[in-house]
Amino acid sequence: MHEILQYISSYLTSDKTPGVAGNMFWAFVYIMLVFLGLSVAVIAMNWLERKILAHMQVRLGPMRVGPHGLLQPIADAIKLLLKEDIMPAEADGFVFWMAPLIVVLAAFTVFVVVPFGPTHAITDMNIGILFMLGVSSLSVLGIVMAGWASNSHYPLIGALRSSAQMVSYEVAMGLAVVSAILMTSLNSEGTGTLSMIGIVQAQMAQGEWFIFKFFPLGLVAFFIFAVAMVAETNRAPFDLAEAESELTAGFHTEYSGFRWSLFFLAEYSAMIAVSSIAVTLWLGGWLRPFPNWLSGSPSDQIFSFFPGVTFLFFAAICFFNTVRMPKHPLFRIQTIGLAGFGVVLGLIGLVMFYPPVSVRVQDIFWFSAKVAGFMYLYIWYRGTFPRYRFDQLMQMGWKVLLPMGLGVLILTAGVALLQEKIWHL
Amino acid sequence: MLIGGIAVITRKNPVHSALALIITLLAQASLYLMLYAPFVAGVQIILYAGGIMVLFLFVIMLVSIDRSIRERQFNSQWIVGIIAATALGGLFIAVYAKGSSIFPQHVLPAVENDNTQKIATMLYGQYMFAFEIASLLLLVAIIGAVVMAKKRI
Repeated sequence: MHEILQYISSYLTSDKTPGVAGNMFWAFVYIMLVFLGLSVAVIAMNWLERKILAHMQVRLGPMRVGPHGLLQPIADAIKLLLKEDIMPAEADGFVFWMAPLIVVLAAFTVFVVVPFGPTHAITDMNIGILFMLGVSSLSVLGIVMAGWASNSHYPLIGALRSSAQMVSYEVAMGLAVVSAILMTSLNSEGTGTLSMIGIVQAQMAQGEWFIFKFFPLGLVAFFIFAVAMVAETNRAPFDLAEAESELTAGFHTEYSGFRWSLFFLAEYSAMIAVSSIAVTLWLGGWLRPFPNWLSGSPSDQIFSFFPGVTFLFFAAICFFNTVRMPKHPLFRIQTIGLAGFGVVLGLIGLVMFYPPVSVRVQDIFWFSAKVAGFMYLYIWYRGTFPRYRFDQLMQMGWKVLLPMGLGVLILTAGVALLQEKIWHL
Repeated sequence: MLIGGIAVITRKNPVHSALALIITLLAQASLYLMLYAPFVAGVQIILYAGGIMVLFLFVIMLVSIDRSIRERQFNSQWIVGIIAATALGGLFIAVYAKGSSIFPQHVLPAVENDNTQKIATMLYGQYMFAFEIASLLLLVAIIGAVVMAKKRI
């Protein structure tokens, strides 16, 4: 018993991730925390997407289910769980069953290496970025299997188109990632690193986020990745494979109920995963803005207030909307619900001002804030851009993004070499 | 890995065979991991399981498989098969029986931490020529595919 407690508490003073430190208990705890956080994030994304799209289209979105539709995702989840599970008659049972499983597994396993902080990751492989790219390319297989197993032509065409699109944009993604990894090797030893935590630490050591490095090369690489990641996750404006007016619903037409919700879950998780890659590689991961320039005591103190202030801001919005609720007796429960939600958010905000919590939550907060920015961008793209036709999509992937990626890689390598040889003589 | 390999050759449905091949390739990636080669394992998953197998599945799905599922499976070359399997099995038993005396005396230290960096140093330094030849080979393959698929050159 005493050894178990010793094992558990020995990790609390180490400065490594549980995977690297070899501590199974804490690795398990972190896995549960990431899984929970991811589930909450996917549910929140569902609500946010519908509300934000609605507000962009000058309408209100879900308003009935909870106060301002806050309980809508829960209602959706219950509906999907209770729906009849249909399997097409001639469909291949085993493959039909396995396809959503593979997509969900691939989308969730990626989070093993996502760095929420210097020690706040489940593990830190020294091939971290390679692992993320590889496992997210396994989800293409799940989509192909889903389209084929449905044994009807709309899903098959949708699946083949979708997987062709994903494979094409993986190439452009890879080139943009390579040019960012190249920038990690500009240190005194001349060796870079593929580990996610190492990449953020390289940005910290070099004093600038890679998006601003060798301006405009970092920006172009980031742009290529930002476009390729939207195409990779089959989101607008590259969502030909699942657009309702084009192919009924593409590869997940024949899936109903819980199986469909697995695809849906996997899509949002994949969105968050590739956004995490973009944030880690170009936007400085868990680093707060200006970690080196504005360092020291007053700036640290000011920036440490951000998490608490953000939650208090959300609580203030809730209270403002509570006051604006209609004063009808039928709205009483919703009003009380919204006020309660505001109180919960306010309490979380106040807890974040407490110094021990504030110190630990900083990195996770900045990382999550940046990923949330990306999620907003995803929803913004969906509300703004018209859909690409499939041949335009493929043309852009191979004829525009790939040459741009190669160019950025060559130029980055050239400028990095110049910087080493000429300016550091 | 063995189960995946056996499933590849015994399934009637080509799509099931392709899926079993994916399982085999993933098991191979984990073998690479156990041999302290994480970079090769990662690249195996990206390229083989995530790229080449997708192309395999494309071709299998675009070719009608109804006939091939209904065909009776045959193995009319069973004599040659038995001879080859016995030879390979004998080789395995011989290596196992001789033990570790066949292998060189000193084992190279298994580095895992900077595996990628060491591969890069060797690939772009010592084995640069082989690297360029391999890329030339791939270029020839691409040109060949374009020539065969174009209507007019």
